[in-house]
Amino acid sequence: MKFSASWLRQWLPVDVPVEQMCEQLTNAGLEVDSVEEVAPAFSGVVVAEVRTVRRHPNADKLSLCDVDGGGEPVEVVCGAPNARPGLKTALATVGAKLPGGAVRAAKLRGVTSRGMLCSAAELGLGADHDGIMELEDVLFERTPRQPEPGADLRDALHLDDVCVNVDLTPNRGDCLSIRGLARELALLNDVAAVPPKWKKAASDSEAVFPVRVDNPAACPRYLGRVIEDVDLSRPTPLWLCERLRRSGLRSIDPAVDVTNYVLLELGQPMHAFDRDQLQEGIVVRDAAAGETLTLLDGRELRFDDAPLLITDGGGPVALAGVMGGTRSGVTAQTRNLFLECAFFSPPALAAAARRYGLRTDASHRYERGVDFMLPFEAIERATQLLLDIAGGRAGPVSDSTSHGDLPRRDRFQLRKARLDALVGEEVPSQRIQQIFERLALAPSVNGDGAGRVWTVTPPSHRFDLAIEEDLVEEVLRVHGYNAVASRLPPAPLPLGRVSADQLAQERLADLLVDLGYSEAVTYSFVAPDKMATLAPNATPLRIRNPVSSDHAVMRTNLLPGLLDALGNNLARQARRVRLFEIGQCFPDEPANSGDAQAGERAAPPPQRVLCGGVLFGAREEHSWAHDGAATDFFDAKGDVERLLALGGGDVAFEPTADPVLHPGQAAAVRLGGDLVGRVGRLHPRLEAELALPPGVFVFELRLEAALALRPRRHGVVSRQPAVRRDLALVLAREVPAVRLEAVARSALGEVLTRFELFDLYTGEGVANDEKSVAVGLTLQHPSRTLAATDIDRLLRGVLDAYANELGARLR
Amino acid sequence: MSADGARPETIADATARIEKECLLAVAEAADDRAVDAVRVRYLGKKGEITALLKGLREVPAGQRPAAGAHVNALKQRLQAAVEAKLVDIRAETLRQTLADDAVDVTLPGRRRPGGSLHPVTQTSRRIAEIFVAAGYEVVSGPEIEDDYHNFQALNIAADHPARAMHDTLYLDNGLLLRTHTSPVQIRVLEERPPPIRVICPGRVYRKDDMDASHSPMFHQVEGLVVDEGIAFADLKGTVVEFVRRFFERDLAVRFRPSYFPFTEPSAEVDVQCVHCAGDGCQACGRSGWTEVMGCGMVHPNVLHMVGVDTEWFTGFAFGFGVDRFATLFFAIDDMRLLFENDLRFLGQFA
Repeated sequence: MKFSASWLRQWLPVDVPVEQMCEQLTNAGLEVDSVEEVAPAFSGVVVAEVRTVRRHPNADKLSLCDVDGGGEPVEVVCGAPNARPGLKTALATVGAKLPGGAVRAAKLRGVTSRGMLCSAAELGLGADHDGIMELEDVLFERTPRQPEPGADLRDALHLDDVCVNVDLTPNRGDCLSIRGLARELALLNDVAAVPPKWKKAASDSEAVFPVRVDNPAACPRYLGRVIEDVDLSRPTPLWLCERLRRSGLRSIDPAVDVTNYVLLELGQPMHAFDRDQLQEGIVVRDAAAGETLTLLDGRELRFDDAPLLITDGGGPVALAGVMGGTRSGVTAQTRNLFLECAFFSPPALAAAARRYGLRTDASHRYERGVDFMLPFEAIERATQLLLDIAGGRAGPVSDSTSHGDLPRRDRFQLRKARLDALVGEEVPSQRIQQIFERLALAPSVNGDGAGRVWTVTPPSHRFDLAIEEDLVEEVLRVHGYNAVASRLPPAPLPLGRVSADQLAQERLADLLVDLGYSEAVTYSFVAPDKMATLAPNATPLRIRNPVSSDHAVMRTNLLPGLLDALGNNLARQARRVRLFEIGQCFPDEPANSGDAQAGERAAPPPQRVLCGGVLFGAREEHSWAHDGAATDFFDAKGDVERLLALGGGDVAFEPTADPVLHPGQAAAVRLGGDLVGRVGRLHPRLEAELALPPGVFVFELRLEAALALRPRRHGVVSRQPAVRRDLALVLAREVPAVRLEAVARSALGEVLTRFELFDLYTGEGVANDEKSVAVGLTLQHPSRTLAATDIDRLLRGVLDAYANELGARLR
Repeated sequence: MSADGARPETIADATARIEKECLLAVAEAADDRAVDAVRVRYLGKKGEITALLKGLREVPAGQRPAAGAHVNALKQRLQAAVEAKLVDIRAETLRQTLADDAVDVTLPGRRRPGGSLHPVTQTSRRIAEIFVAAGYEVVSGPEIEDDYHNFQALNIAADHPARAMHDTLYLDNGLLLRTHTSPVQIRVLEERPPPIRVICPGRVYRKDDMDASHSPMFHQVEGLVVDEGIAFADLKGTVVEFVRRFFERDLAVRFRPSYFPFTEPSAEVDVQCVHCAGDGCQACGRSGWTEVMGCGMVHPNVLHMVGVDTEWFTGFAFGFGVDRFATLFFAIDDMRLLFENDLRFLGQFA
């Protein structure tokens, strides 16, 4: 909420400097967001009265004015149509500094102008530049003194004022007015606020307009009043326009200006209808399906649910508490008004305003709760202001109140002991009593010492006080959060838990970093087409209201983000990229396809944390020391092997058909038999589709599986000498290398302590469908030395097994 | 031993000649092999010294001991010369090898450079370490949440105006992306009785456009302590201590009343601007303060909903943006950088 500091300060019996006021508000929970000057800097502008107006001898559109700006009258050339004798206006004297520049005596069409009469726009006081300013006899309501010619305009208009913006939390709807803020500041300064004095207007007419409330739960109170014979062509006085302007509102016409003024001053939203456009009578009811309403801002609403409406014999005339409709809107021709001043219940309003995406000053207040006792005062205040400005005769106020539906204000208690326990130190009882009195809580006290109990009843303007803790906050915020001493909670010293079967995620991340990967953090929501490309068999969860169409589905794997990051880095001239990410992914498993009830309380859908990486470019950094070979499948696989070696489980890689990976360079990763991930080259078709260069390798692992720690136990370390034998074999090309080790292990058993595949050759000297491999077998018996005959027997066994099972022969 | 009536070569003559020839040959030998050849020729079994010793038989018996001593002395001198030469040559060979093997030690090493941990992760770890040292446990929760845990259980009813503060992203199936890490509080309270001391780091989502200080996805850490006798003073102490540990500076900390439906009393925490130390700069909007966290005493409605007796137990909770702390800690001026994953940016935090 934005307001004029000087307006607010007029409600206080003590002088609180602006800076102190802002600090008090902020420290009490009404955060001051910004403070800005109400007018740009200018000087040398005075209040002046036009004495005579003559035609300019050489120009039709200019006139010559004798102006009394205090002291000797001066002759000023003026082009404004509203220059007339007796007008009090703003004169920039010779030497004045205006936002647009300095004012000098200058000849205009042969006549010297000794100064300049100013429009509001020329002084930076608004957009009005149709004519020079019209300063009313009464500039400000509370200073009914005639501004004397020669008085400094900044003083006369109170321009040395600031607009203060407070950022109010949703629980403090009671502070969305000058009255509410004054109440708060009075509390903080331990004084009573002083409302302005005004006289209730007499009711000179019998005119009434019938009102019926069909939904009293949503509209417990509805006051109405007819005001006849108003003249809305009269200008709203400058003081009122200025207050509206300083609160961020534009002047429209007296009816709108007055309702806006009452909204700002007291916090009561009101609506003025053109009485002559209303038919039969007002009915406050829920919308019927299919009803329509054209709002004042031109929007057409068709109601498919049942928000609260103000209707008449002709249908809807307003969305209650939000905005009026065009049919019954006030125009310059309006002669008779119907004023609405109601209390609508907050939940009813919040739903409607949100449902139709409408947020108005009125709905903002109704949603948060408006003082339900306020309408009586507000409608009188509005009547008085309207009659003062636009004339007319006011009818009696009609009151439709359903007392049982008004918000309840139940008594409740604060225990002194509870307060002190929650604060952590003792707050003096006297201070509590004083705060409760200033808060208009009608406190009564029982007991004494720590057993003291206050019983309070919240005032009608507070919607956020219902339980003991609410009162603790009230006491504490007035007393001052910063006045409470800090301490650390006492607690037993529990010993830490250290898992024996789970590695810390940090260990895995650190290894990736040590292997040269940089960690990426990419969005969990991705572009649907990219996700479809990178997980063609998955149906990702869709976001109903995404921030953009590029962030519309939840990722089912990490590839879209990682490949985007790769692409962005390549676009920025990176040549070698290693990136990883650890993050939640949202696979489309059955539990995910929940129904509408899911929103209430359901088991969260599967959210699997994956650890993924992408590799591109040279195997090593470009350097004198490296040959510049490109990354290949085995670099990616080697890194995966290193990662899984942390946990020490049984890892197996097997060829797999993965739609996003190269059919010949893709492996499923198994850990203890379970599928835990994949590694491979991105399918060349996808590389092209994603505008990536060829040779992109990726891996993905389920984090939980990768962090499982195999139990480790000491075995026997043989003291016997080990023997190594190398075999050069030729076998069919399609036999997977992993079989060579498996066959050797089953043939040799525990004697085989180490298996190495140290050479692989295809090409000249080997048949096209064959390959030559060299394996190194380290043999060692746990308890005795292997004799030459043992070794020969063992090797024969291996060679037989290779021949029989793999069709391999010695080279 | 000599022909043509010439005076036969005496032992003395022979030793003088051999010594001269041999020393010359040793001096001229260029490598091990040449030295060895010299050794064989003069000192070998069939060498000249051996021959000379054999010739002593012809020397008159009276002169024989002196002549023998003379020849043996020569033999030792020549052996010493050969050994010395060998030492020289080996030294020279080594010198040459060393010279040949010399490298330019200023060339870069054969290394595989490490990558880097994302600044947000580094910040999360730093935060976790501070709290874990005080006995807090780190827990996590789902990023896709239901309305109950994200709102209702936190005392935010369907039409609560506070929902406007959370621009929520909803899924087609009625679930939502958690707007804060606070639902993890509920999940922890549902699982175990007090005393509770946990922090919950994780990603959260809001329907915000990306700019220098906003992102539709960001990171929060939630803290929750529920125990007997927990008071607002404990919350203040914990928050102030944490902020000072994190920034390793004695920063001023200010508590302002605020409003969160799930805490009462509620507070916003401002920290003295780390850039200008409170003097006011562009980063803090000339206020000298940076808003860093929201916190408060857990609302009794929240505790009641999970069946905690509020007459026995009270608690505090706090929540803050990890990204905010990361940008302050690493002096990152634009939050967007955190999500661009530019290797040149990330590499700065290696």
